[in-house]
Amino acid sequence: MSLSVILAIVIGGAFGFTLDRVGATNPGFIIRMLNLTNLHLMKTIMLAIGTASLLMFGGLLLGLVDPGHMSVKTAYSGVFVGGLLLGAGFAISGFCPGTSLTAAATGRKDALFFILGGLFGAAAYMGVYAGIKATGLLDKIAGGKSTLGPVGGTKYPSVIDGMSGELIGILLGVIFIAVAMVAPAHVFGSKDHS
Amino acid sequence: MILNWRSGGILLGAVFFLAVLLVKPIGVSTQFVIFDGILWDAINPDIVVLDENAKKGYSSPNAYLNKSGGKYAKNVANPLNYSFVFVIAMIAGAAISGLMRGGVSKEEKQMPEVWRKNFGDSTVKRYAAAFFAGFIVLFGARLAGGCTSGHMMSGMMQTSISGYIFTAGAFLAAFPIALMMFKKGR
Repeated sequence: MSLSVILAIVIGGAFGFTLDRVGATNPGFIIRMLNLTNLHLMKTIMLAIGTASLLMFGGLLLGLVDPGHMSVKTAYSGVFVGGLLLGAGFAISGFCPGTSLTAAATGRKDALFFILGGLFGAAAYMGVYAGIKATGLLDKIAGGKSTLGPVGGTKYPSVIDGMSGELIGILLGVIFIAVAMVAPAHVFGSKDHS
Repeated sequence: MILNWRSGGILLGAVFFLAVLLVKPIGVSTQFVIFDGILWDAINPDIVVLDENAKKGYSSPNAYLNKSGGKYAKNVANPLNYSFVFVIAMIAGAAISGLMRGGVSKEEKQMPEVWRKNFGDSTVKRYAAAFFAGFIVLFGARLAGGCTSGHMMSGMMQTSISGYIFTAGAFLAAFPIALMMFKKGR
């Protein structure tokens, strides 16, 4: 077995285990995050993004993280439209691609129907991809694979120049953590929505 | 048995960091395409073929599988690659955690409590809604080029512009729809 497959098993396994432990495999938690009656997952996700950002950009500054391991996706208007579609289905079902698979793993049957729909949705996109590409919806905007600030050792274009991308990343990491800390436990409803 | 947001958030963040430190950022939704491709290729072996002229060594008559020099076509032909095994391991990790905490009750396995409060006990209704939601979520994720893992979490942790655009779109739709749909049980 190659090293990359062993790493996939270790990191993938840890990711799935953690998704279940934070409650993300429960669509009820996701729906209650989105109808603002229980922000437990919102706080968890924001703290996770902040923590990962701090560690990664700190590691980049210290030379412990290989900048070649970063992978910034292209910005195009379809990212926004696709986000709207994903958000709609996310709210209706309480599942996203990763949590549907992990929820099914814990025995949830509704997740299996989501996955089946997802396989058809992905297949439909494969079918219409050429047509969508022709509309220009996939043409890059804001520099394409861009980050907020320039990150050393990478060729990603940046929208803010004259400030280290690593420092911007650390600053945003701190902001994410701070928002996670001050965000309320819920906006609507009572505390007993666990 | 659910971790509080402090320990859960730090643990989840550590996993996202570990992925970038050791390999690359976490992403899931592409593997729905790879799995579709594997099924499609099993039915019709012409869907992914060896191609010396392709950058990745494989090509497909389907424009999506063929994009980026046959990157997806290659992964369909070789499912024992990092990203596909990652998702299989993710499923196994969640199954182990689920077993360790005693599993999910029979009622919860059909639908979450908040759905039952708003739409009743009908499993047909819940499963149909889940199927429809799965369709638009994966169609949307492929149009966007990533999902909650790849765009929202991995994207924003790297300060990538596409991650912020995706997250804005996702929550702009998700909050109003959830607030309208799930009014009971607040």
